[in-house]
Amino acid sequence: MRQRVRSAWLFLTPMLVVLAAVAGWPLIRTVYFSFTDASLADLDARQWVGFANYFSMLSMPSGRTLYDGLLVDPVWWRAVWNTVRFTAISVVCETILGMIVALVLNAEFPGRGIVRAAILIPWAIPTIVSAKMWQWMLNDQFGIINVVLLNLGLIDAKIAWTANADTAMIAVLIVDIWKTTPFMALLILAALQMLPREIIEVAKLDGANPWQIFWRVTLPLIRPAVMVAVIFRALDALRIFDLIYVLTPNNVQTKSMSVFARENLFEFDKFAYGSAASTLLFLILALLTISYIRIARISLDGGR
Amino acid sequence: MKILKRAAFYLLVAVIVFIAVFPFYYAIATSLKSGTELFEASLWPHTISLANYRNVLTEGTFVRNLVNSLVVSGAVVLISLLLGVTAAYSLARIRFRGRSALMLGILSVSMFPQVAVLAGLFEMIRWAGLYNSLIALIFSYMIFTLPFTVWVLTTFVRDLPVEVEEAAILDGATPWIIISQVFLPLMWPALATTGMLAFIGAWNEFLFALTFTSNNAQRTVPVAIALLSGSSQFEIPWGNIMAASVIVTVPLVVLVLIFQRKIVSGLTAGGVKG
Repeated sequence: MRQRVRSAWLFLTPMLVVLAAVAGWPLIRTVYFSFTDASLADLDARQWVGFANYFSMLSMPSGRTLYDGLLVDPVWWRAVWNTVRFTAISVVCETILGMIVALVLNAEFPGRGIVRAAILIPWAIPTIVSAKMWQWMLNDQFGIINVVLLNLGLIDAKIAWTANADTAMIAVLIVDIWKTTPFMALLILAALQMLPREIIEVAKLDGANPWQIFWRVTLPLIRPAVMVAVIFRALDALRIFDLIYVLTPNNVQTKSMSVFARENLFEFDKFAYGSAASTLLFLILALLTISYIRIARISLDGGR
Repeated sequence: MKILKRAAFYLLVAVIVFIAVFPFYYAIATSLKSGTELFEASLWPHTISLANYRNVLTEGTFVRNLVNSLVVSGAVVLISLLLGVTAAYSLARIRFRGRSALMLGILSVSMFPQVAVLAGLFEMIRWAGLYNSLIALIFSYMIFTLPFTVWVLTTFVRDLPVEVEEAAILDGATPWIIISQVFLPLMWPALATTGMLAFIGAWNEFLFALTFTSNNAQRTVPVAIALLSGSSQFEIPWGNIMAASVIVTVPLVVLVLIFQRKIVSGLTAGGVKG
């Protein structure tokens, strides 16, 4: 047995070393950089500046006090708000629509296999490709969506969906919901198919209508699985980068926390400031995960 | 009433299928248009032209980008499966202290926001002289393929009956023999699923590929497509972009449709069961 435990660690070591090198150490360095004034041009010429990237006060001779740092940066808070809003709306829509699609796929009807294959297509398409496809369909001049809406008389003039301040977030949400609802639907469908048929039969015999069966029987039983799916999706949505970066570049209305951090790291030559934003994003995500797991009381223990 | 219900149900099915399929269909249709026809929002090309495909495949570095993506994704799959199989065996079959904590740690890495490690990874990659190389991408992609692979394979191994290895243990086989002779042959379905999901993940990755490469020859296809643009908004080569998009997507869609059952079971093993 001792020998088996020793070989267990021997087998685990390569994987753990790679994970430590690719995740653990870089995370520590990012946090460290956020307390320095490192710049992209010369990472080595850096000095410890404490919390200055997060918050600093400067008293002017005139008696005024200047505040600086991430915690008082309106652009950062705008990015936080954008990300949280995006996450809330997209996850709610994806869960509801995913539930509908899953219920449809759980019914027996001819052609079910084809429908299931069809909804896998959005999921299989790379995010960048779906961003470009939708950017083209939403194009202000030549996009098919504007043409169709104009012909139906739903809009009076062509809309620049991805550039307009009012519609940019809607465009991002449409594409994300289109792309991710299949994932939700498949996870919920798997949970539905694990339900014992007898329970629903019994409810039917008791005279419950389909609506009651869904709310009283099905939903409570699949709730744990749906909750796990929602956590995974929410964590994914909170770190969104590529869709926003490609679909609505340089748009204040949609800029997410990840886009803000990368922009400062590599485009604005504010490496340390970007590191501070990355660190805060990590903290926010970690806190949310822990509190969500506590609230929903979901056991993520692998040793079941 | 019954007929009405049935009709409403099929209408819903039709709407779902239409929404799921139309954008990709429209991308294919656009990629086959040429000249001024591109800018008429028609549902199908009146004359089918392969000019966009010819442009993408002969001008620029797109073919090179395709090769890069293949190399990176292939290497990522091989390495994460190799590391994943041995780790999964240890985590699923050998009892040792700290195992649950380790599983939780691995799971938490898969929830990392990738931006959080971007600065540290950049420093490390530049220090190692790997900036603007495919190795940098292969290495950094481990952060999202490895935890997932380990997790799914561990679930799979744990569900295999204990009897399969007991005989081998009685015969005095070493753990390595048990993995390679007893488990590996049984694990093909799980390996195929996780390997394919890792491949898709690596093939689609954008943030690291954008940050750790700096010239066209080293880029992977998602970055190449994102940066395939003209100097102003009116010069965006939509025909070429759609052709490139179709080229990188068709293999994925075909793979996914062939293996759809396996993918669904793999996704649920990583999601619901976890």
